[in-house]
Amino acid sequence: MEFLTRPWPWYVAGPVIGLTVPLVYLYAGRKWGVSSTFRDVCAATFPRNLEYFSYSWRESGGWRLTMAVGLVIGGLIAGLTGPSEVMISEATRADLSALGITDFGGLMPSEIFSWAGLATPAGVILIVVGGFLVGFGTRYANGCTSGHAISGLSALRVTSFVAVLGFFAGGLIATHLLLPLILGGGS
Amino acid sequence: MAVDTKNPAPATGGSSMATGPERLWPYLLLGIVLGIVFTRSEVVSWFRIQEMFRFQALHMYGIIGSAVGVGAVSVWLIKKLGLRSLTDRPMEIPEDRFQAPGTQYWAGGTAFGLGWGLMGACPGPIYVLIGNGVTVMIVAFLSALAGVWTYGALRHRLPHS
Repeated sequence: MEFLTRPWPWYVAGPVIGLTVPLVYLYAGRKWGVSSTFRDVCAATFPRNLEYFSYSWRESGGWRLTMAVGLVIGGLIAGLTGPSEVMISEATRADLSALGITDFGGLMPSEIFSWAGLATPAGVILIVVGGFLVGFGTRYANGCTSGHAISGLSALRVTSFVAVLGFFAGGLIATHLLLPLILGGGS
Repeated sequence: MAVDTKNPAPATGGSSMATGPERLWPYLLLGIVLGIVFTRSEVVSWFRIQEMFRFQALHMYGIIGSAVGVGAVSVWLIKKLGLRSLTDRPMEIPEDRFQAPGTQYWAGGTAFGLGWGLMGACPGPIYVLIGNGVTVMIVAFLSALAGVWTYGALRHRLPHS
């Protein structure tokens, strides 16, 4: 059982994640994606007569909302049974230290991703603004890392390829231009 | 043998698999497994996403690359063999492979990427991190809902094609 409590290499995790696509197709023909659950929750709680939220979220989204509940439970199980320190490369550690990150002990830097961190300007930008952009962008682009990068590229779609290029363009801008401004530090 | 995906075969038909109604528990199980995989492979970690955007390790590229490889071969096989789903629902495999990518894909994609780079978590990991006890990600989740709702409200004014 030691295998279950240790970090997994990419060549184990990647294929397992990739197998999700055919499993969901072979079970019910559905295209695997996670971010549509955000739309389902909006449709279920606050549709406000908007056309975008006027659809049968139970029929279209019941399956993925159930999967999302599973994701939370899976995270809980994994969190209770394994280590949380992430062994990133020395180069990344040095870069992030230069930005003022000091706590490398968890999945996220606790000085930002905690309730205390949320009270700081950096916490507000990374958590609140970051979350807003993820939600807005994923629906504008009609998919996220699961729907476009995994399912969409698996179907060899040009639109998904462009969306993934956008994911990386945005991520590189955020990492190399915005984070040094937000976190202070910098060289 | 030609397979008609629109009209399920009658119960007496030639489908070799037993079919049945779609249940929810397989999705709960799938979510639990993925939640564990996402945590153990550390793709839910802000540190790993930073490492990826700084090109300082193979880890995330290996995961995404091998996932796409396995996914692409599987989708190709499903189409090639004309496989049907266990519940007889039609396959929703996108057929518009060469559809021209409109504004929404690069503009929406870049907005998503900015958020991904800042927050270090995409939608799946937001759920997994909440389970892992990073409860402040509930705020990220609510904020993502606000972003989705804003998109729904502004949709008609945004360029798509």
